[in-house]
Amino acid sequence: MTNPERTGYEMNMVELEINGQRVSAEEGTTILDAASAIGIRVPTLCHDSRLSASGVCRLCMVEVAKGGRSRLVASCVYPVEAGIVVQTDSEKVRKVRRLILELLWPSLPDLAREYGVTSSRFRPRDTECSLCGLCVRYCAEIKKRQAIYFRGRGIDREVAIVPELAKECAMCRECFPCCTGGHIVTHSDLAFT
Amino acid sequence: MPRLRTPADVNRLRGELQAAREGDRRCVSVCSGTGCLAYRSQDVVAAFEREIACQGLAEHVMLRRTGCYGFCERGPIVVIQPEGICYLGMREQDVEEVVSETLANGRTVTRLLYEDLESGQRIARMEDIPFYRHQQRLLLAANAAVDPRSIDDYIAAGGYAALAKALSAMRPEDVLREVTDSKLRGRGGGGFPTGRKWRTTRDAPDDVKYVVVNADEGDPGAYMDRSILEGNPHSVLEGLVLGAYAIGAHEGYVYVRQEYPLAVRNTLRALEQAREYGLLGRDILGSGFAFDVHVHRGAGAFVSGESSALMAAIEGKVGEPRPKYIHTAVKGLWDKPTCLNNVETWANVPLIVSGGAAWFCGMGTAESKGTKIFSLVGKVNNTGLVEVPMGMTLRQIVYDIGGGVPKGRGLKAVQTGGPSGGVIPASMLDLPVDFDALSEAGSMMGSGGLIVMDEDTCMVDTARYYVDFLAHESCGKCVPCREGLYQMLGILDRITAGEGRDGDVELLEEVCDLLEVAALCALGKTAPNPVRSTIRHFRDEYDAHILERRCPAGVCKNLIAYTIDREACLACGACAKNCPTGAITRAPYNDHYVIDQDKCTRCGCCVEVCPPKARAIVKVAPEAARQTL
Repeated sequence: MTNPERTGYEMNMVELEINGQRVSAEEGTTILDAASAIGIRVPTLCHDSRLSASGVCRLCMVEVAKGGRSRLVASCVYPVEAGIVVQTDSEKVRKVRRLILELLWPSLPDLAREYGVTSSRFRPRDTECSLCGLCVRYCAEIKKRQAIYFRGRGIDREVAIVPELAKECAMCRECFPCCTGGHIVTHSDLAFT
Repeated sequence: MPRLRTPADVNRLRGELQAAREGDRRCVSVCSGTGCLAYRSQDVVAAFEREIACQGLAEHVMLRRTGCYGFCERGPIVVIQPEGICYLGMREQDVEEVVSETLANGRTVTRLLYEDLESGQRIARMEDIPFYRHQQRLLLAANAAVDPRSIDDYIAAGGYAALAKALSAMRPEDVLREVTDSKLRGRGGGGFPTGRKWRTTRDAPDDVKYVVVNADEGDPGAYMDRSILEGNPHSVLEGLVLGAYAIGAHEGYVYVRQEYPLAVRNTLRALEQAREYGLLGRDILGSGFAFDVHVHRGAGAFVSGESSALMAAIEGKVGEPRPKYIHTAVKGLWDKPTCLNNVETWANVPLIVSGGAAWFCGMGTAESKGTKIFSLVGKVNNTGLVEVPMGMTLRQIVYDIGGGVPKGRGLKAVQTGGPSGGVIPASMLDLPVDFDALSEAGSMMGSGGLIVMDEDTCMVDTARYYVDFLAHESCGKCVPCREGLYQMLGILDRITAGEGRDGDVELLEEVCDLLEVAALCALGKTAPNPVRSTIRHFRDEYDAHILERRCPAGVCKNLIAYTIDREACLACGACAKNCPTGAITRAPYNDHYVIDQDKCTRCGCCVEVCPPKARAIVKVAPEAARQTL
């Protein structure tokens, strides 16, 4: 995402390499931005270019080599740096994505199949919600209502609606298209009454 | 209240305070740390006040309520100076005798002295008690000499001398160099070089900078930071002012858990006193340097100890970590460069500035200098807070200081580093206390929890306990940590329930790998440690649970059963009376009792009440219990 406060005349560009291609990207943008600018698709779940990045789904992790050492970083929040060498589809990256998709199974079945995940060795969770937080951020940042929020902590974390604002939610429903797992849509009657 | 206007004023005040306290007055110090308060040490203090007045000794005796002495197992602790006589387990009713014998006549009350476990000899002086003799109490020693509510006590004991020295004779760079040269490393867990951290914040291009004390100690069984903040808040404060001076910050925060009310109270009082004395505020000691501190009370979340989460909480947001590919040292609180250190780290700073880096480097190992405070808990005779030089072996801590494992049981492992740490097996007990040595062994120094486990501890159950803790204390934000911990907990649940499957251990390891590389914050990245270290050192226990449906330590309830040895049973009926489910009945026409396995919940009550001379209740495998019926 480009920083709207920055204007053309003070733009600093940095050079980096993504999957063997040399890329020039504006300072302050992310690896994910730079990759999509040259048509490299990095899978994401919690990312929406209209909203602030949260870096929680970890599907967009890529391998970054810098000074002879490589590590995995979340490309949606990692700022571009001069001279880094990025691999968006290395074996390490694929391994991480595969296991995350297996943990999220049966959400995101299409993406899962792309990574060869067709079943899960894990016990299923009893919700379609992947807690990507798109609805929460949409409501807070675009709608400016904060009617949806995260409740609880750790494995008990869930998305909830502020009861006082539930009526308003039933009218609005603008966050529905954001929902990656279909949870809000499925449970809208339940949650919004 | 004297306002101190120059560094020389501090030393003058110290001189006056010390002169006023000299003479033949005895000083009775009563531990008023949280541990001793739980043993009602406040009643002991009240009784001393009464008795001293009653026996007309008020002019000759000074009474002081101090912070934690560390030997919490044997509280309340009373120390009488100048002799250094240490009475353990003092009760209200013992006070009269102590006042009339020790204070009035200089005789010790033998029955209240420490009794050596082996020789049975009584030991009068604190320094001679084995628990204290093997320690090196740099930070904790002051707890015995200072009433945490009195800034005068702290100054009389040498406090604020380091600040006076720095502000009169050192430039900020000199303070920074001293800390860098001391090789001090962060005591909160990571062991990051403190000097380098300070340098990063100092060099960050911003005029506004912050320094923060992390007092969000949340590890189960750990209370090092609590005891420092409760017992000697000015030492942390002095360190913080020195840090701010070195870094160029003018505002600081103490993030302290709301669950530590005494620490909050003592910190707030210390701040007020320091402001009155001119040790905080504008123009500190006439140097022109301005600095003040706020206290932020945490709302009780383990994850808030993580640096970015802690800063979010101070900003008034939910205390959750955020991705930080730019360090908080550069972009922290309100996006300003912020230097966050743990309580114990800050408390070390005045000592380093006073004593010098060379002195500090004289203690410890090549890469870990100084001392470390551990809360020594679990299956150990002398539980409490211990401070040892880096490089001391775990064996010395557990046996020489801790007095070994109770009831002559064998030691199985020690757990260090809190929930993100790991277990170290008995075979590696000669490992030194050192940041790098502990990490190599698959554990970590952590903030200093040290839990001793005896042979009755099941390692799979231990891993399950920590994973359960982390699963509920993680923020739940990122997928690997939240879902990974949920699944690890599920797998460990089924293994301990005797339903483990072949391949479970490998699956656990796969999830561990994922968390280490993909989790968002340090909590998630280190969360696999309890599982990984137990698999690494106690794989055989996992296999016994999964392949043989057996819990070698006899802990996992689904894998054990209790039966009564009919030869040994005295037929006293104590077990039957105490069994909460009524599972125990007298065998018809026989002189013994039997347990109905279908009703038994394996709570272990019967074991506790069975007379020691009988010891008739035995733990067996479930199938064996069925066969004896």
